[in-house]
Amino acid sequence: MFGTTLILAFRSILRHKLRSFLTTLGIIIGVGAVVTMVTLGRATTAQVQKNISALGTNILQVRPGQGFGRGGGGPRPPDFDPSDVEAIRNQVAGVTAVAPQTSSTATAIYEGANWSTTIQGTTAAVWTVQPWPLASGRTWTDAEEQAGKAVCVIGSTVQKNLFQGGRAVGQRFRIGPISCDVVGTLTTRGQAGFGGDQDDVVVMPIKAVQRRFTGNRDIRLMLVGTDERYSGAAVQASITDLLRERRHLGAGKEDNFNIFDTKQISDTLSSTTTLLTRIVTAVAAISLVVGGIGIMNIMLVSVTERTREIGIRLAIGAVASEVLTQFLVEAVALSMLGGLVGLLVAQVVIGALSALGGLPFLFVPSINLIAFAVSALIGVVFGYFPARRAAALNPIDALRHE
Amino acid sequence: MVSSADLIQLRGVTKTYGDGATQFQALKGVDLDIAAGDFVAVMGPSGSGKSTTMNILGCLDVPSDGTFLFRGHHVERLDRDQRALLRRRYLGFVFQGFNLLARTTALENVELPLLYRGDDKRTRRDTAMAALDKVGLANWWDHTPAELSGGQQQRVAIARAIVTNPDVLLADEPTGNLDSERSVEIMQLLTELNGGGITVLMVTHEPEMAAFARTVIHFKDGLVERVEQGHRQGDMPLPDQPSSLHPVTE
Repeated sequence: MFGTTLILAFRSILRHKLRSFLTTLGIIIGVGAVVTMVTLGRATTAQVQKNISALGTNILQVRPGQGFGRGGGGPRPPDFDPSDVEAIRNQVAGVTAVAPQTSSTATAIYEGANWSTTIQGTTAAVWTVQPWPLASGRTWTDAEEQAGKAVCVIGSTVQKNLFQGGRAVGQRFRIGPISCDVVGTLTTRGQAGFGGDQDDVVVMPIKAVQRRFTGNRDIRLMLVGTDERYSGAAVQASITDLLRERRHLGAGKEDNFNIFDTKQISDTLSSTTTLLTRIVTAVAAISLVVGGIGIMNIMLVSVTERTREIGIRLAIGAVASEVLTQFLVEAVALSMLGGLVGLLVAQVVIGALSALGGLPFLFVPSINLIAFAVSALIGVVFGYFPARRAAALNPIDALRHE
Repeated sequence: MVSSADLIQLRGVTKTYGDGATQFQALKGVDLDIAAGDFVAVMGPSGSGKSTTMNILGCLDVPSDGTFLFRGHHVERLDRDQRALLRRRYLGFVFQGFNLLARTTALENVELPLLYRGDDKRTRRDTAMAALDKVGLANWWDHTPAELSGGQQQRVAIARAIVTNPDVLLADEPTGNLDSERSVEIMQLLTELNGGGITVLMVTHEPEMAAFARTVIHFKDGLVERVEQGHRQGDMPLPDQPSSLHPVTE
């Protein structure tokens, strides 16, 4: 008997293609939107986490000033100097390495090509704190670092634009006022989470940068690698105490430096993107419900429009449950069909938006399954009322219906 | 006396619609016997109760009071679904407005009752084609109602009504929407089917159509007014007991 109603339902769907399409449109859009939003949300979260972890895990970033973008009046707080680096490395438990950083910008010139880029001065400790595999060549030696020689390791963007992707190690190019020997090239890291290109960089011994570019010995950033057996918060507290002492801050004074735990940033950003994903998904879910109401609407209209047909079926000997099942199966089949098309549409949209936003294409089986199951459920829930109404029709009245 | 050979037996059947001041009694106590194999025309002015009676005989409606025996079973005691199954098994319907499913081929329309009966695809096709062949439309099986003339549509409807090989064919003004030539063709078809053993109950208001019937029942004011038997000229008497008039018993 169920086979019969299946046949009847599918015949009816195929016979009214436009009506069927319009009925499913809401579900197509709803399922498509939910799947797209959830998938893109996950892709964004994953991308953010990847970008953050590219900064390195178990890293504390120590900067002068009171946190991001909080300028305020008063004198600019002093930068760090090399003795701060030494002090943190030697006096704080749980610190594995400390890499000072200072940066500048300059135009690099090699043969006909020139390229404006970021110069980063640091020490070899940076490769411990923030591992970044080399693509070729080597990093600088201790001797080169001590001497502040003009040797550099370049990012892939610089390599591409300056050397047209050709061999860079062993070449010498001009950058700002100096000539620099390329000793190594870095592997590609890709876009940073906040739009910057991490590969557009020339890394040099800090002394060389201080001497030839910034003209002072100031350190704008310290990257502190921590031992994962120590809690980030404890290490952070120790560094704070040490720096307060070294910077002669009295008991009542605020810190004039700040320490960021990358893990903390990562957690904050992840929870933010997750929250945003949830909100957008909720909106999309509403459209799915609206799609379900659309199905109910059309099915109800269809019951009225098909009253006579129902009358014929009843007169011929269909029992109420058969009419009910037919309408229910029609509704479920329509909404499942809509769900299926919605899933396909979602993959296409996700593909397009991922490519546009530089996100990896993601296929999340669970959300696809759930969305499909929900579309079927919507068919049952919103199909039941019209179906019951159809089944309850009196055959005589139904036959007389014009 | 009523013999068990009687297919249909109504006793004191009443039908009341509404209640209180708006109450309307459509049937006021109908007694009726219809023998298997008869060809009955039901006539009467509108409001005479003939449609109500047909609805009851078609198991689409139940009497308010009285008994309705079909093949010796009390139909008035059956519930909605049991009556549906009874219709599926024993009755075939033909309507004035043909009532075919739109956008559906003749074959699929005729297959419909077989679908509800649960026949497999092969059986459905063969049985439905045979029924279409009986009404002379085997070559039109793949046409939808929109592609068929009125007469052809009514033939498809008749094929659908007889495809399950029912005991009774109920026809409600089957020629009401057709011109006289087409009407005669339909009546000849019904006569032919009746000759094959099927009992035909037909509502009509045209005496020319009633002339094809063996028995004519006249309704008036919710009662059977009179029954004409051996109506058709040169008619052989029925093998069973013929239908008989049962005057209203108050």
